[in-house]
Amino acid sequence: MKKILFIEDESALQKTFGEILKQEGYEMTSALNGEVGLRLAKTQKPDLILLDLILPRVHGFEVLKKLKEDKETKDIPVIVLTNLEGIGDIDKALELGATTYLVKAQYSLEEVVEKIKKALGE
Amino acid sequence: MSFKNILSQLNIFAQCKKYGLPLWQCPQFLFLVMGIVIAITAITFYAIATRYIADPRLVALMVLIITAILFIIANIINRSFERLAEASRMKSEFISVVSHQLRSPLSNLRWAIEFLMSGRTDPITEKQLEYFKILKENSVRMGELVSDLLIVSRLETAKLPFKKQEFAFEDLINNLIKEFKPLARASNVEIKFEPEKNLPKVFSDPSQLRLVIENLLDNAIRYIKERGQVEIKLEKRDKNFYFEIKDNGVGIPREDQKYIFQKFFRSENILRYQTQGSGLGLYISKAIVERSGGKISFRSQEGVGSTFWFTIPIK
Repeated sequence: MKKILFIEDESALQKTFGEILKQEGYEMTSALNGEVGLRLAKTQKPDLILLDLILPRVHGFEVLKKLKEDKETKDIPVIVLTNLEGIGDIDKALELGATTYLVKAQYSLEEVVEKIKKALGE
Repeated sequence: MSFKNILSQLNIFAQCKKYGLPLWQCPQFLFLVMGIVIAITAITFYAIATRYIADPRLVALMVLIITAILFIIANIINRSFERLAEASRMKSEFISVVSHQLRSPLSNLRWAIEFLMSGRTDPITEKQLEYFKILKENSVRMGELVSDLLIVSRLETAKLPFKKQEFAFEDLINNLIKEFKPLARASNVEIKFEPEKNLPKVFSDPSQLRLVIENLLDNAIRYIKERGQVEIKLEKRDKNFYFEIKDNGVGIPREDQKYIFQKFFRSENILRYQTQGSGLGLYISKAIVERSGGKISFRSQEGVGSTFWFTIPIK
């Protein structure tokens, strides 16, 4: 069973995604802030990370940078899932090594699930 | 500008009230004071000069005093303009912050509804689905409104930079038409696109150009009452691209035509047919086209249809 780590401070989203990803046959772990997210990424070695950018404690960009610097986590694909779409945000995330950048407001739930499947090579 | 407009511009008290500034800080009033001071000075100097020309020191002193007064007034005017600019900037920033804050709960709401609608939890009845659809449509609508507000605030604070690149204009249009197919089919609308042959590539910002065409195409389809046709043309004219979109929809009443590009304006006949829309689409489109160095306009007749067109430089 493939593991997905969801770093997101909105517990409502954690709940919705937890449920739908379980039904799709994935195991999802949640992290409500960047710090926990980084720790879980190292200990659990997920197959995919879903990352929000506006996070308490450690900002999403910082999380992404650290994930890509650490040789244990650098190969895990990261999908940025956020409502931030200011100047340079998308470029910065892709430069830092994000696989995909999704603006929450522009996608339906099923579309996001499709992107997750695609990133996992399914 | 009509005569009535000019008259209302001259009503300084009303103008100052509009900005919410006290009289002594209101640019219009201060300019008037300056004008009066200058006029009185000129007359006084003429009177003084004809009598006391023997003592130039007195004249010099008066010139100094008047200059100082004018300088102070100019300074106040300058500061009040700064205040106005600051107020406008804060307004845009406020919209941006509020919009961002609204987005998160909106995504939560929308995705939770979609999850329920998918029937992944429990099977749902026809009746429930009907109401879920209303919930979803409205959360999507709210999301779109927030996105439009964010674009407007970025346009107004000049935080929407151009990222120019070379691309095929007709491909962008074809892709958008593909995306609009479901809406067009549901509204019984046929979309025709006839680009001129052998068009050069355009050097512009594809995401912003996309916003413009998206808005025009969305309007064209939405405002067709029962069934109809949308015709899109793309031509090269001198150093510009000429884009035209023609529909046989409800059209824009003559008396509303001059307001159509204003922020939040929605024509009365449109409100009768359907209620969706933020009234920001055309405002955004115009701002983007004009920033790109192009022009946008339309012709329309109520009950017959509308044709919107715009130009943008090829390079």
